Amino acid sequence: MGIVNHEKTDLHGITVHTIETKKYKTTSFILQIKEAIDEKNVTKRALLSFVLQSGTKDFPSSKELRSALDDLYGATLHADLSKKGENQVISIRMEVANEKFLSNSEPVLDKAFHLLSQVLLAPALENGVFKENIIKKEKRSLKQQIESIYDDKMRYANKRLLEEMYETEPYRLNVYGNENEVDAITSKELFDYYQEVIRNDKLDLYVIGDISASEMVEKVKEHFRFPENRSGDKVSNNRTKDEKRISEVKEIFEEQDVQQGKLHMGYRTYSTYSDDDYFALQVFNGVFGGFSHSKLFINVREKESLAYYAASRFESHKGAVFVMSGIETANYEKAVKIIKEQHEEIKNGNITDSEFEQTKAMINNQVLETIDHPIGLSEVLYHNVVAGTNRTIEEWIEGIKNVTKEDVVEVAKKVTLDTIFFLKGAGTNGN
Amino acid sequence: MGIKTFEFEQLDETLHFEELENGLKVYVLEKKGFNKTYATFTTHYGSVDNHFKPLGKNEEVKVPDGIAHFLEHKLFEKEHGDVFQDFSKQGASANAFTTFNRTAYLFSTTSDVKKNLTTLIDFVQEPYFTEKTVEKEKGIIGQEIRMYDDNPDWRVYFGLIENMYHHHPVKIDIAGTEKSIAEITKDTLYECYETFYHPSNMILFIVGPINASEILDFVRENQSQKTFKEKAHIERFFEKEPSSVAKAEKIIEMTVQTPKCYIGFKEAAPNRNGKELMRHELCVNLALEMMLGKSSPNYEALYEEGLIDQTFSFDYTEEYGFGFSMLGGDTQSPDELVDRVSEMVEKFKQESVSVDSFERARKKKIGAFLRSLNSPEFIANQFTRYAFNEMDLFDVIPVFESLEVNDVEEVLQNHFKKEAMTVCQVRKKKS
Repeated sequence: MGIVNHEKTDLHGITVHTIETKKYKTTSFILQIKEAIDEKNVTKRALLSFVLQSGTKDFPSSKELRSALDDLYGATLHADLSKKGENQVISIRMEVANEKFLSNSEPVLDKAFHLLSQVLLAPALENGVFKENIIKKEKRSLKQQIESIYDDKMRYANKRLLEEMYETEPYRLNVYGNENEVDAITSKELFDYYQEVIRNDKLDLYVIGDISASEMVEKVKEHFRFPENRSGDKVSNNRTKDEKRISEVKEIFEEQDVQQGKLHMGYRTYSTYSDDDYFALQVFNGVFGGFSHSKLFINVREKESLAYYAASRFESHKGAVFVMSGIETANYEKAVKIIKEQHEEIKNGNITDSEFEQTKAMINNQVLETIDHPIGLSEVLYHNVVAGTNRTIEEWIEGIKNVTKEDVVEVAKKVTLDTIFFLKGAGTNGN
Repeated sequence: MGIKTFEFEQLDETLHFEELENGLKVYVLEKKGFNKTYATFTTHYGSVDNHFKPLGKNEEVKVPDGIAHFLEHKLFEKEHGDVFQDFSKQGASANAFTTFNRTAYLFSTTSDVKKNLTTLIDFVQEPYFTEKTVEKEKGIIGQEIRMYDDNPDWRVYFGLIENMYHHHPVKIDIAGTEKSIAEITKDTLYECYETFYHPSNMILFIVGPINASEILDFVRENQSQKTFKEKAHIERFFEKEPSSVAKAEKIIEMTVQTPKCYIGFKEAAPNRNGKELMRHELCVNLALEMMLGKSSPNYEALYEEGLIDQTFSFDYTEEYGFGFSMLGGDTQSPDELVDRVSEMVEKFKQESVSVDSFERARKKKIGAFLRSLNSPEFIANQFTRYAFNEMDLFDVIPVFESLEVNDVEEVLQNHFKKEAMTVCQVRKKKS
């Protein structure tokens, strides 16, 4: 047993991951449903995640389902969407109080299991398809969700960067789909798509808490019954080794009535989670912009007072680093120049010992902190499923420890700026 | 004075406490099985404390808006450089935040707890402000203010508070304005610091896989090496605030696609503390849950009518001197939402409260509280907030269990009054 007590069991149609721990006052269930993101289904899949959490056969409306959850000592149920590499993952998460902390020890765990299985396998139907009135409401919610991206200027700028940078690749797609496709989806179409999902998608269920692994596996067998013809082990295309080579940096400007310009820059890394130099890439990102001791924070914010935030983050499965900073529109050239210089510094090996050691210490700290949280822990473990690897948390920590400065320089040379998107203020500068 | 321990059997938690000679209150909670140790060092001083008698002086002063937050930024800068760096060299990530009446400095780490604890205590207790560094910070905070100016959720939230208050400084943006921070000098910073950062006005909370008595010895030792002025009562001044709202409605125009609409109810007599405050807070939250929670008929109706989506939320806040509930979210028809919600609130007040829905709401809240206790951050931050209001976080479940239907009925009549209601909307800017 290592840092976490993770056991994996492959059942018909679903892989069960159990993590036994006494750390929490709750038991968490995280169900991951994975499929390649594509133009044809992206919006349907987004809508499906909204519809599944709106009713089951036994609790056919949102109100009834929510009442059932409240009665289970406020169990939470939440479905959301994320892009992991070129996959569109639906995550259904449920968290329920551990009975032993309740005054009247009600048996909530078994009920929770049942309810979760019903959300996936027994949705609320009428005439053999999803209920029309649920579809109607959830379409509206989904459209509002898509529109709200525009209202949050940082998210909007990030979305626009991806659209420009990955113009011809599936990664350009927004995880919530396209607003103009929502209305046309019929209940029948969505139900057909749902059946495909149940037949084909890769399913992983994480159960985390003061549980017994073998008991959980039995419960999954009891509650989660899949169709005979379920495949579910389709080899997915999560690797895009032949990433585009860049000849010229694309620069896109857009103007809106905002107080602060939002600068977003996208880099390709040409390595991903399963590669040997992945750990070096982690350290690169940390030295570049991942922390408050990183080059971007120190040079853009502390030295030049150009911004309140200047940071980078990276995407493990597509292989990208994204820089973001909020600046005065007039400071665009200056900020871009400083950011590019920081990348050059790393390429030239100008990394101090303390920058390097701090970064490794911080990454180590970050991963240990992440796994203190049930969702964080499941996300760290799920990387392996997405990348088709089998890395333990110990190996991960060891991997970071072994990175040398030379490794970081090598990976920095691969990292290439692809696109700059700048949302600038329209003339005014506020007061 | 000695260490006191408090056992919370039902929750399986033990809290250790000591008040040091200089008046500092130190709390330690051992969390076995966690990797992370989280510590907060918090002063009972925030954006509302802008009018007071400085320590050792006879004349009261008024200080520029945003100074508590400015001070928070500046405390990180020392003669030798930036304290963030000291933490990251020790593998910890540090941060800070300012609220209406608290300023908290914090770190989390998975190694070197004592070293990081020393860094935390020492940097907060050794201010270093110069004219030059104060000037530099104005650019950075100016960008922070603009970032918030572009954020419609923040604007609608503050717009609503502005509507409620005639005089109380809770209506002033925590970061101030670019104009108000221009007036800040190193001398005003020192004056605020000397007054509000006395150990007797502060709480240190440490939670993690640590040994409580060892940590308490360590903190005691650190403090015994320093000298502080005699503790003195801090005199703060607030103008008398009428119970009516200052403004019943406000519309802010921004570049958004979906309007936002929030409704607020101003608490008429926000002068409770201790158990009375806790009971009141929990009651208002139960009332909101029963009236508009996801399992309520009202929520279902609003969702079905297309007036709300998943962004709909509500909350109650009360601190000494101010209190309000707010509810709302994104909506295509803000005026209609206001009409419908006011109708619903009035109707709910007239009907008798259903015991079933009371029990369900209470179960839900207890479950949510247990879930929060998985988070060391929640425990440290909330415990401190409660302690400043003479409440004990670990009383929440027993207090919930002691509430009865008529407690909620009383709150319904007294808090949700027509004349205490105000509305703030963000709408799409006409071009």
